[in-house]
Amino acid sequence: MTRISKVFQRLSANNGKALIPYITAGDPSLELTKKLVFQLEKSGADIIELGVPFSDPMADGPTIQRASERALANNVSLRDVLDLTSEIRMHTEIPIILFGYYNPFFTYGPEKFSRDAKEAGIDGVLIVDLPPEEVDELKVYVDKVGLDIIFLTAPTSNEERIKLITKKAGGFIYYVSVTGVTGARTSLDSHIEEYVAKVKKLTDLPVGVGFGISTPGQAGKVAKWADAVIVGSAIVKIIEENLNSPDMVKKVGQFVKSLKEGIG
Amino acid sequence: MLPDKKGHFGIYGGRYVAETLMPALLELEESYYRYKDDREFQEELNYYLREYVGRETPLYLAERLTQRLGGANIYLKREDLCHTGAHKINNTLGQIILAKRMGKTRIIAETGAGQHGVATATVAAMFGLECEIYMGVEDIKRQSLNVFRMKLLGAKVQPVSSGTNTLKDAMNEAMRDWVTNIYNTFYIIGSVAGPHPYPMMVRDFQSVIGKETKRQILEVEKRLPDHLIACVGGGSNSMGLFYPFKDDKEVEMVGVEAAGLGINTGKHAASIMDGSVGVLHGSKTYLLQDENGQIKHTHSIAAGLDYPGVGPEHSYFHDIGRVKYASVTDKEALDGFRLLTITEGIIPALESAHAIAYTIKLAPKLDKEKVIIVNLSGRGDKDMNTVAEALGVSL
Repeated sequence: MTRISKVFQRLSANNGKALIPYITAGDPSLELTKKLVFQLEKSGADIIELGVPFSDPMADGPTIQRASERALANNVSLRDVLDLTSEIRMHTEIPIILFGYYNPFFTYGPEKFSRDAKEAGIDGVLIVDLPPEEVDELKVYVDKVGLDIIFLTAPTSNEERIKLITKKAGGFIYYVSVTGVTGARTSLDSHIEEYVAKVKKLTDLPVGVGFGISTPGQAGKVAKWADAVIVGSAIVKIIEENLNSPDMVKKVGQFVKSLKEGIG
Repeated sequence: MLPDKKGHFGIYGGRYVAETLMPALLELEESYYRYKDDREFQEELNYYLREYVGRETPLYLAERLTQRLGGANIYLKREDLCHTGAHKINNTLGQIILAKRMGKTRIIAETGAGQHGVATATVAAMFGLECEIYMGVEDIKRQSLNVFRMKLLGAKVQPVSSGTNTLKDAMNEAMRDWVTNIYNTFYIIGSVAGPHPYPMMVRDFQSVIGKETKRQILEVEKRLPDHLIACVGGGSNSMGLFYPFKDDKEVEMVGVEAAGLGINTGKHAASIMDGSVGVLHGSKTYLLQDENGQIKHTHSIAAGLDYPGVGPEHSYFHDIGRVKYASVTDKEALDGFRLLTITEGIIPALESAHAIAYTIKLAPKLDKEKVIIVNLSGRGDKDMNTVAEALGVSL
């Protein structure tokens, strides 16, 4: 059983829900990313989503765009992210998912990436701009080494598409709660409950919800409907506001702890 | 027939987008296939192309330029005479008529030089649809005249200040808008780029250029041309000219990319000449990227060519050798700009001046009975500030 499935199995035994925080690798430095990952785990994260920086993050709002720019200013590459994961993996068993755009992975080479990612202790990969129609050139290699490919479903996906997605998906299904880009929002879309139920009817995989969740209250509400809550921009924002503060890691930890408590 | 069902031209093209956009692309594809051969749709499109755009555009024998270069006969396909001053409107008209049929109420577009933005704002005004144009702040600076035109036409111009502040970033931002307003918004992409069905659809709408050209040259010369020459940024004007000739093996076709300050300086926008295969803005194609797959900054004196990618079908034509790709520098383009202006009294867009510059190199090497057709994709009024600055003149 993969590390990701183990987490969901352990949680569901106690009716618990997973908290999946996102940070961009290399924002503001690889060293701090490492410290942040350990802090996230200590504060209650069940799975970590590590962003691979890209020059043209089309699905991201301003907060994560700027995180990507900060990481790229340090020339952080996919190779660096894999090396970082190897180091982190020496100290923890928390599942780590890479979140990114296809070009850096394609340039690295799908086969080489799959091998190196497995070796680095990566558990899954979510490539925003690689829908099921185009995924096969990566999937053949990822399947061979036993990594999960996590797919997005969106409010626009109909039943037929959800079926197509779940057929190729591993790990869990990531439901994008809004039509839009990543970023904190003041209110939750009213259709999340209904939609998550629709997806759950079509798959046995756990369903996580992300995009726009930014407070413990919102996280708690979403956790009632879904198996996992994904929070990105709200965390990255704290990093951004504390770039030069010695308390950055601590503040991120406090916030993530409050999210975990919100989920209950 | 290419593309295949999933939008691939060989290994290129496809649909590399977030799931939220996939249903919209499928809907667009379905609607396009439904209307592309629909008689009423085609009649409406042809009506506006004739009465509003002013088609067909002339195929003009540039006698003084031909004489000056002393070789092949040079014809200019006068897309600069289209309403709004460039070929871009052939496509925006097609897409907005489709948008209307699909019940979309809001139009968005990206623009580099501003020609596509103006062409979009124009048809949006004519059809009475709300319109927002995304444009990099760098381009807003160098194409201020077009920005003003778009605003006069009632469009909202959204400045984009991320990445390199140019066309690629404007396209990122337009995609973000589209994904947010997916239900009521139609995204009019201006080049043969982006996810399927855009490269095919834009090619089809621009093919009117090549179809007319073929008919016209057969009428005048009673034979097909020996060479077609057009500039390539994303590649819509060149694809529009080339595509109807693709099966005419005797016609040699050359796509001219922007070599900027020179290919070896790294400051250029020649994606096919100096790039490698990657994925950007929804399709797999040649890109200018670093060894880690990050997209590079590009440079060209012509804002409309200042883009790190190229339409996927061009990548395919390059690989199978059907089209030859070449490049000319900013300086050569400026020389072409001046030569055409002084010999023919036609001020070309700096983009089109790249095609002229290549013609200056090629024509003298050819016999006098050979025929070259150059796509004069746009007029140069928009470039007065840039050219004045390059020539050291203050306006």
